[in-house]
Amino acid sequence: MDPNVLLNWARGPGFEIALAIFVLGMLLRLLEILSLGKKPDLSAPRGSGPQGGMRTVVSRTFPRSAVLKKEPLRVINGYILHIGFFVVLFLYEPHIEFFKSSFGLSWPGLPSGMVDAISAITILSLIGALIIRLNNKVMRFLTTPGDYVAWVITLLPVLTGYLAFNHLLLPYTLMLAIHLLSVELLLVVAPFSKLTHMFSFALARWYQGYQAGRRGVES
Amino acid sequence: MKENPTLGEVLKEQGVSRRGFMKFCAATASMMALSPAMVPTIARALENAKRPSVIWMSFQECTGCTESLTRSHAPTVEGLIFDAISLDYHHTLQVASGHGAEAAREEAMAEHHGKYLLIVDGSIPLDNPGYSTIAGISNLEMLKEVAEGAAAIVSVGTCAAYGGLPYADPNPTGAASVSDIIKDKPIINVPGCPPIPVVITGVLAHYLTFGTLPELDHLGRPKAFYGQNIHDRCYRRPFYERGEFAETFDDEGARKGWCLYKLGCKGPTTYNACATTKWNEGTSWPVEAGHGCIGCSEPNFWDGGGFYKALSVPDTKVGETIMKAGAVGLAVGAAAAVWNKKQKSAAVENRETITVNDLSKES
Repeated sequence: MDPNVLLNWARGPGFEIALAIFVLGMLLRLLEILSLGKKPDLSAPRGSGPQGGMRTVVSRTFPRSAVLKKEPLRVINGYILHIGFFVVLFLYEPHIEFFKSSFGLSWPGLPSGMVDAISAITILSLIGALIIRLNNKVMRFLTTPGDYVAWVITLLPVLTGYLAFNHLLLPYTLMLAIHLLSVELLLVVAPFSKLTHMFSFALARWYQGYQAGRRGVES
Repeated sequence: MKENPTLGEVLKEQGVSRRGFMKFCAATASMMALSPAMVPTIARALENAKRPSVIWMSFQECTGCTESLTRSHAPTVEGLIFDAISLDYHHTLQVASGHGAEAAREEAMAEHHGKYLLIVDGSIPLDNPGYSTIAGISNLEMLKEVAEGAAAIVSVGTCAAYGGLPYADPNPTGAASVSDIIKDKPIINVPGCPPIPVVITGVLAHYLTFGTLPELDHLGRPKAFYGQNIHDRCYRRPFYERGEFAETFDDEGARKGWCLYKLGCKGPTTYNACATTKWNEGTSWPVEAGHGCIGCSEPNFWDGGGFYKALSVPDTKVGETIMKAGAVGLAVGAAAAVWNKKQKSAAVENRETITVNDLSKES
């Protein structure tokens, strides 16, 4: 197939389908979680639930010192990977152009060369995350096939974006098409995998924080 | 002048100096990425080349390709090279018309059978042969007839090479490219809307010099001219690297000559010689004139979602899709919530009390 045809499909109908599945799937998952409910807690509250919830949503963004000391590599690598992914996704000018044209919002980006370097670091960090996971007996035991799927689905857009930007491996047109298709794959898989955490992290933290806050204990 | 002069004789007669001719040969060699040692070979081959018979067929086209060639620039060696082929049939340029014109074509075909070069511009309608005819003959029939005796075919312009504008969605005439129809002849695609004149003459010069086709890429284009990516060769590339983009055609960035990516430039996905060869005797080219590349040498460039849409911007209504999918998502989510609640209460209602006896192992 001609790469231009593939690119046009990825920029048109392909993206539309993926976006629709992403929005629909995410709302379905989040509504399901929200509607789960819990049994009424009849005990007298010893603190504020909502306050604890809000505090935890923010505080869990930072590492716990005990965990950081125990496994510094895993924690720091986790930060590099997440921040790297955010920078590449939100601060690359062509990506900002996408958000601007779609939502009318724009913000200053970083020089493309810098984003290029950060995407390379992100790729290395993702590979590092897999190595760390495989080298830890407990983590390996807890790992399901879904974790590997999520890893591949996350790696692909960054890797293909890096290859496309640097004109490596395949002609740019084809690589750009593959890059867009990998993003579309991420959009389709995200609601039905552990990648749902891009939204559900806030719900989980709120729930934990709310419980703790109500009991007047630290979270 | 002799009955069948060589190219060298024609050029001499037209007043082209030896120096001018050698300069052209050197430029051709460098454009085709050949070693400088090849220049004398090219010169010798071109000087001694007999004028090859060329039949130029125009199908569903706008004559822009011919305009590009003939109005390229005041007499140059490239122009004279073009004069020096025996253009035996070309609607726009030939003097003869009607039956006389067709007779010239048939005569050339018979006399040079198996040796003439066929140049095609325009696409061929496959739906209804009546969409485009010449002398009452359908384009498809004429192409097949003339291609049969051709040594090679050059598809000039994106319409002949890939279908071009007539092929664009919804393709009302069922337009097809030359390579869609002719499978048993060597075909060189020289796409562009229009192609750069010097690229057309360069391909002809290569054919005259070596008697073979130049090396082609996966889209049938000569690698010497279409091997380079516009974005890679663009003089505005440093601004792309620095993240400096023109946002509109008249803002500060546009005046400073920043990258046109956000204004829809298709340079990154386009392969052509514009950025290096330029147009109008090396005067300028679209990006230098302040307009993004529209990708005219690529297949389906008309259907890329608009010339002013950045490559990273999808060709869809994102907001609308989100609203629609969101509405469906909310409905499905609410239904799922109700369903889950029902399941839960059903499970509570039907719960059977388990005793210690139920848990004991059966022996």
